[in-house]
Amino acid sequence: MKLVIGIVRPDRANDVLEALYRAEVRGFSISRVQGHGGELDRVETYRGTTVKMGLADKVRFEIAVSDPFVQPTIDALCDGARTGEVGDGKIFVLPLERVIRIRTGETDHGAVTPVGG
Amino acid sequence: MTPFAAAPLSAGDTAWMLAATALVLMMTPALGLFYAGLVRAKNTLNTFMMCIAAIAVAAVTWAAVGYSLAFDGTGDLIGGLGNAFLHGVTFAPREGTAIPELLFMAFQATFCIITVALISGAVVERMRFGPFLLFAALWSVCVYAVLAHWAFGGGWLLEGGTLDFAGGVPVEMGSGFSALAAALVVGARKDYGRQALLPHNAVYVLLGAGLLWFGWFGFNGGSGFSAGHSGVLAFTNTLLTPACTLVVWFLLDLLRGRQVTAIGAATAIIVGCVAITPAGGYVSPGWAMALGALAAVPSYAVILWRPRTHVDETLDVLAAHGVAGMTGILFIGFVAQQSWNEVSDGLFYGHAGQLGWQALAALAAPAYAFCATFLLLRLIAAVTPLRGTERQEALGMDVVHHGEEAYASGEGAILVAPEAGVEAEVAVAQP
Repeated sequence: MKLVIGIVRPDRANDVLEALYRAEVRGFSISRVQGHGGELDRVETYRGTTVKMGLADKVRFEIAVSDPFVQPTIDALCDGARTGEVGDGKIFVLPLERVIRIRTGETDHGAVTPVGG
Repeated sequence: MTPFAAAPLSAGDTAWMLAATALVLMMTPALGLFYAGLVRAKNTLNTFMMCIAAIAVAAVTWAAVGYSLAFDGTGDLIGGLGNAFLHGVTFAPREGTAIPELLFMAFQATFCIITVALISGAVVERMRFGPFLLFAALWSVCVYAVLAHWAFGGGWLLEGGTLDFAGGVPVEMGSGFSALAAALVVGARKDYGRQALLPHNAVYVLLGAGLLWFGWFGFNGGSGFSAGHSGVLAFTNTLLTPACTLVVWFLLDLLRGRQVTAIGAATAIIVGCVAITPAGGYVSPGWAMALGALAAVPSYAVILWRPRTHVDETLDVLAAHGVAGMTGILFIGFVAQQSWNEVSDGLFYGHAGQLGWQALAALAAPAYAFCATFLLLRLIAAVTPLRGTERQEALGMDVVHHGEEAYASGEGAILVAPEAGVEAEVAVAQP
């Protein structure tokens, strides 16, 4: 089991969702985050104040999957999020020690496999 | 429009028209708020700025040539240039009114301004800001001034007998059918029909609609150019008609989805105000209420139908303004009452010819607005692209065109020292 974390552009989040759905990856959570990943800073001006915006808005996907789903998940994130320009984001894959489904108490593989319906 | 004999200035009329002019000007920022709430957060400022830009551009073109082309002389199709650059526009009363022509010009300017702003609703979230400014300037002269001349300034519709109290022809049908043409030329947003593109702040939408309604009392109530009967009638009808539209809209919402929606209510306010715009000073309060109820139906139908098409007429200017304006214009032909308006009867009161002139206006104004806008935008597109790249559209118009965000957090923002002089060299990057 792995925890796949994908940080993507907000305007690509819908494409990632679509790609994940097509890859039959059905369990995940997303959050809005701000970050900096080496891209050039955007300059904004508010009256006399000019600032470099050091942080860019991103959407962070957290997806816990069983081993056979790791590669399809990574592919889906890349397919959905890639524009080819600096700022497309990153994917981190982490080992996952335990997973428990709160409703049933199922653990591990049973818990990362979403139930239908 | 109300045929008084040449009269001296009236202090009462002038006082009311000063207030009415300010009310109508406020409608444009109110429209900005209404539109800004309907778009996604990343396009908030650009959408609002298109309305502010309409004030900037249209006020200047109006003073330069627009007013003259609309209101100088009685040419069939267009006025003259005798009042260009406000030549001869002074404190003397405008013919047919008891208010200074200077004030008459200012009042009419606010109409031109909001009409230009209305069209932006068809192209928000994608059209570049520069070409929009150019479009606003050309449209205010080539389309608005012409339609205003037809309906208000002594052109063929007015002379023939078309009744248009406060701008069903130039403002409502003019903007609505121009919006359709603009949406076709500029094209749909890149995610249109593929993703849900939702309003980002329904409270802005309701607040904007409320302020528009407030301003509309000046718009319709001022279009009699006096504190007399027609102004009072139009003012009161501006209260009654949208209220009836709201009630019917609620019912339609309930029938369709079992819930009354807030953005639907905001839309209903606009539809009601638009419908009574041409009819305000010509129909009885009872008929005005019937008009409000009736006008909800076609606009509601178009709002349901339009998103199923490929036409990304983004904020439904056609449904809310074009269609509702047409409903109002035609309605006058049936129920105008001389006992209320001192001008003419409609079909129900024995004058069928009135309906003919109303129908002619309902054909001619949309046709001219659509064709002229289509050509105008094609012309601009030949000189400069109307929209940016897909990446810019994804980024949002606020950052791309204005270098600002509506909801900037300031976290991670680094001050650029003004004396360093390096800010020009920092590339505007993709976040």
